[in-house]
Formats: sequence, structure tokens, C-alpha cells
Amino acid sequence: MLSGRHLLGIKDLSAQEIMLYLKSASSFKDILKRDIKKVPALRGRTVVNLFFEPSTRTRTSFELAAKRLSTDVINFSAPSSSILKGESLLDTALTVEALGADIIIIRHSFSGVPHMLSKHLRVSVINAGDGTNEHPTQALLDAFTIMEKKGGFEGLQVAIIGDIIHSRVAKSNIYCLKKLGADVRLIGPATLLPECFRDLGVKTFSSMEEGLEGADVIMMLRLQLERQGKGFFPTTDEYFSQWGLSNKRLRAARPDAIIMHPGPMNRGIEISSDVADGGNSVILEQVTNGLAVRMAVMYHLDERKEQ
Amino acid sequence: MRLLIINGHVIDPSRDFAGSADILIEDGRIKTFAKEGRIKENQGKPEPRVIDAAGMWVVPGLIDMHTHLREPGFEHKETIKTGALAALKGGFTTVCAMPNTNPVNDNAGITEFILKMAQAAGGARVLPIGAVTKGQRGEELAPFYAMREAGCIAFSDDGRPVASPVIMRRALEYAKGLDALIISHAEDPALAGSGVMNEGLLSATLGLKGQPSVAEEVMIYRDIALAELTGGRLHIAHVSTRGGVRVIRQAKERGLKVTAETCPHYFSLTEDAVAGYNVNAKVNPPLRTAADVEAIKEGIRDGTIDVIATDHAPHGREKRTRQFDDAPSGISGLETALSLGLALVDEGVLTGLELIRKLTVNPAGILCIDKGALIEGTEAELVIFDPEKRYVLDAEKMISLGKNTPFDGRQLKGRVIKTICGQKVLEWD
Repeated sequence: MLSGRHLLGIKDLSAQEIMLYLKSASSFKDILKRDIKKVPALRGRTVVNLFFEPSTRTRTSFELAAKRLSTDVINFSAPSSSILKGESLLDTALTVEALGADIIIIRHSFSGVPHMLSKHLRVSVINAGDGTNEHPTQALLDAFTIMEKKGGFEGLQVAIIGDIIHSRVAKSNIYCLKKLGADVRLIGPATLLPECFRDLGVKTFSSMEEGLEGADVIMMLRLQLERQGKGFFPTTDEYFSQWGLSNKRLRAARPDAIIMHPGPMNRGIEISSDVADGGNSVILEQVTNGLAVRMAVMYHLDERKEQ
Repeated sequence: MRLLIINGHVIDPSRDFAGSADILIEDGRIKTFAKEGRIKENQGKPEPRVIDAAGMWVVPGLIDMHTHLREPGFEHKETIKTGALAALKGGFTTVCAMPNTNPVNDNAGITEFILKMAQAAGGARVLPIGAVTKGQRGEELAPFYAMREAGCIAFSDDGRPVASPVIMRRALEYAKGLDALIISHAEDPALAGSGVMNEGLLSATLGLKGQPSVAEEVMIYRDIALAELTGGRLHIAHVSTRGGVRVIRQAKERGLKVTAETCPHYFSLTEDAVAGYNVNAKVNPPLRTAADVEAIKEGIRDGTIDVIATDHAPHGREKRTRQFDDAPSGISGLETALSLGLALVDEGVLTGLELIRKLTVNPAGILCIDKGALIEGTEAELVIFDPEKRYVLDAEKMISLGKNTPFDGRQLKGRVIKTICGQKVLEWD
């Protein structure tokens, strides 16, 4: 059973809560394989996607997951919203709640927004990515994918590569994988990977060759190209030459290592096309698993609400 | 009116005194200061009203070198009146008002307005601090002479660093003609970037942009070097970092004319107070690490830090419903400073005398004002403080319009019981 009615981050979850989500995701994935991919589990509930940052993939995934559970879904995105008319963020969320929402899914470019709103709302809040803090459903779907491919987490060597400091995906994954018993290594230039991360109980590397040695799972991150002008790295060419994933680099990892990426990819910048499309890549399966995991999250939070 | 304060533990740093003494006030002025003994002679005058201060500290009215009163321009956050009354409740009978109002106090007209409003407010004495540059834009010097004439006590672009080293150099040079103090908000704007809290593991794991402590350290270093070059009088505001304390200590060892202040939150809280996106703990400079807090205490202890100032920065109620990145920085501090300062005495960092020194004669000396002492013949400004009284802070009960304090709900020790200002005796519950 979950301890809270929101999913704000992985940081606050126990390993048991994470496993509860992953196990249910497995059942929901079976449903997604059927001809009729819909269950009445949350019929009559209303889910609102409140996205203050452009997103197609995550929003679509949440929307479809909510529809598969038979909820009514409303998409409320920033450009069409009253935010532009000067309404405060909290007022917008309260309005959505007053319209009868049961679950509000929030994405915002500022860290902590879902946490702030959750203190003022009675509905369940799901964090769909807040600033550079967390993206908990991404970490859950990544863990689910790893569990499917590798069977478990204990002692598993997972390498996360790229812009760690600015990546909410990396942070949620670090917390999640550590809680589940995996060994986590982080690889990237020191400008994007401060040493303080070691205090989280992970290893840090600036060299891909050293960091990938014996890895079971390789998790690439999307490089925000606008960082180039800010002095974090000189050129995308140099970045790819040092921290891009190519077939040659892949040899350092275990032969059965799986390659993951949260998307959207910058081909040729953080990952070469032959790796992205190669036999070890599970990138499209991550997308499919995202649906099952998000169904599981909404299902359990709704259950929690009835307590 | 005659007022006799007896049985108190009187602390008067101006005469290095902490002990039992009685004080007789006549017509709003200190008439007699009698150590170890009753003032008996009445000389045919009416019996004085007697205040029994047994178990209390009796100290000079405190001086806050660093206050934001928000008026003109942000009267929903604080007015000169509410701020000046909140000051009295906190034990401060003199406050220095920072110039980042709207319009900015960068000309004699605004200075006069502030003084006029303060006169009418009937709270603590308000000494305006003028801006260093017009509009605090960091480009052109504000008219120091005219503002000084109008009543500015010092100059600062507080809230914003003076980014250009050339402008800071000119300010220190130009102020020399007035022997005026320049107060530096020491923060390298490029290094600080858009950081909203201290940079470190906590900022990384909260996903908040960090402001590295070196942003303060390098700016203090720059301003000290410029003060040395120019011979100008420099005071470093709200020191928050270990590196900052170290740089100031070295400068003082070399005999440079630099002084420094810190604020209660920098020795009472660490960055951990920010966890959970607590906007009431958002302040600039940000709360730092435990190592910084220790260094600040050491700097207070060894005299590197001369002054404890509040950096009272009230904000409206909307602060608490804003997302952390967007929320304004600052802590409403006038009404909690003395309690938090007392904790330093309880911890053995300072004696009571040393604490009161950093709240009275030290700022008075830096500002060149004749206040903060219990001298016969001067206007009576003193505070009766119960150092044992414990209470739970309820921000809603503060006089300041700014209820933004990370100490809300915390148990504090030590409370101002009475503030005496000339003929007025204000009693607080």
C-alpha cells in the first residue's frame, strides 16, 4: 500500500512502493496486449493534464494511459491557459480541481511546483517532470523495463551518461535504482556532473571507457543543446567524441547490455544511430512500458484516495 | 515624568559594563546610572514610577544597520510605520532603511520623504541608506552629497551587487569626501547566476539552481581590494560563508578599514531549512551549510564580524503560494533577532555583553552615530528583555506586515518586555 496520495518523486518512496507499481504495471501491460485495450477500473474519474512546459510524448502517454483506464481526460496546456492572463499557478490548479478533477498531472519548468500545489489541493497530484528535480514515472518505466530485461536489480551495473545535473530523469533514476539495489555509475564532464553526487552512493566517471566497463544497463540522457552556449561543453562534436555512445564504445560494456534513452534523442550527439537502432536498444519498449506504468500509478493513487 | 528601573542586569557596552545597576530616567533622558546600589535621593521631586527588572536584561536600544522598510512602493509588504513599530517590538530603537524601494532612494527627495514618514510613524528612529547608483542600476553614481545633506547615513545598492568594479571603485573614492560608508551586498552576479539557494548536493537533489559560496567570497575579496586601493570606508553586508569570513579576517589582520555584519539566520539555520521547497527559507544570500554556520559563529566570536543586523526583508502573504524559483527572497527578522542572538550566549559563543555590543555600540561606531549607550544626559532609549522567557513564534502575531519567517512555529527563548523611547514606555505581552 502506498504511503501518500500523490506521486511527487521517487525520493520519498520506499522500495516496496516502487515494487508495487512495477508489479501492477506488469498486469496492465498484459491488458495493453489485448485486442480491447481498455478496462473500466477508473470509469467516471477525471484526469487533467496540466502541462506548463511543452511536451508531446509524456502528455500523450499519460493521456492514453488515463483513457485505457476509462477516465475522462482533459488537456490543459500553458499556451491556451489563463496563465497568460496573469492567473497564478495555484489559482489555475484550484480551478481545475473545482471543475471536478480527481487526478492532476503536472509538468512545470520550475522544481517543486507539484510539491507546492499538493499542499493546497485535495486531489491526487502526479509529477510529470518538475524543473531539474524529478520525473518519477520515467524512472518507474525505466525500472520496469530493466526488470523485464534483466529479471532484477541486485548488483546490476547501471551507467547513466550525460547532463546529470540538469536531468530530472537521471535524478529519479538514481534514487529508484539505488533503492532497488542496483549499482549506479554516472558518466559525464564535470561541468554537468558535480562531485557532490558521490554522496548519493554512486560512482562518478569522466571517461566513458572506464564508466561503461562491465555495465549491464546503459542509460543515455538527452543533451540540452542550449547548454553549449553556456560554457558547459565547447561543441557537440567534442561532446559526442567523449560522451557519445557509439558501437565502439559499447564494447566496454557487457555484450548483453541494454541501451535506454528517455527520448527524444539527439542522434549523432549523445547516441549514434546504429546504437539507437541496434539489437541492444530497448528505447521503443520503454515507450510502450510507459503506458503500463502510468496506468499502474493512476490506479494505485485512486485506490489510495478512497481510503 | 520620572522612571526608575531597579534590580535589572544592566548591560552597557559603551562602558564595558554588565552587572546590577539602577537607572533613573527624567523627562525622557537618562538622569542617573548607579552601579550596585539604589538611587535614593529624590531631591524633593515626585516619587518615580518604579520598574522592577529583576531577572531581566536592561540594555541600550538596539541599532539595526540593515532593514528593508519597503515604503515607498511596496506598502503591502511593509510600511515605514509598521516596520518602525516592529523594530521597537524587537528591541531596535534605530533602524537603517535600505534604498531598494520604488522609487529607489537615490535622491534627496526620497530621503526626505522617508524621514518625514518615519517622523509621523512614531516608531524606531529611521536612518535612510541611499543608493550607490541611480536606480540601483550599477551605472551612474547617485548624488551622495545631496542625499547626505538630506539625511542618508550610508550608501548601498543592497539587494543588488554593484557589478562593475569601476563603479564600485568610484563610489568608494567619491564617498571619501564625505567620509561616508559604502555597504556592499557582496555577490558576484555572474557566479551567482540565477541560483535560488546554496549550491551543493541539496540544490542538486531538489533540482534548484545553486548559488555557489564563492560568489560571495570573490566579491568580498574584490571590494576589500578596492577599499585598500581607494582608502574608502567599506562595510560588508550579510556575510554568510566560511570563505567570506576568512577573507574579511585576513583583511582586518592587515589593518584595513573594513567592517562586516551577519544576520541571525546565517548562524541559526542551514540550507536544510529549504528542503520541501520551503519558500520562507528562501533568502539572499542563501542559507549555507553547517560548516559555514560554524565559521560565521567563529567570526562573530573572534570579532571578524562586528555587527549582527537583521536584513529584515518583509514580503506579502502571496509569497507562500509562489513556486520556489519565483518567490521573493527574504526573512522578516526584526522581531526575532534578539532571541536568536541570545542563543549565541547560551551556546557560549558570546557573552551577553559581547552580543549587545554587536547590536549597539559596534553599529553606532561604524555609522558614526551617538546611540546605543546608556549615558547620563542622553535621550533614554533602552530595552528590558527577559532572557529566560520561552515562547512559540506565531508569525501572524508579529507587527511586521511580513509574516515570512522560517522560525514560525519554532520555540524561541528570550523576549523583549518593554521598550523605552524618551518619554514613551511600550509594553509587549
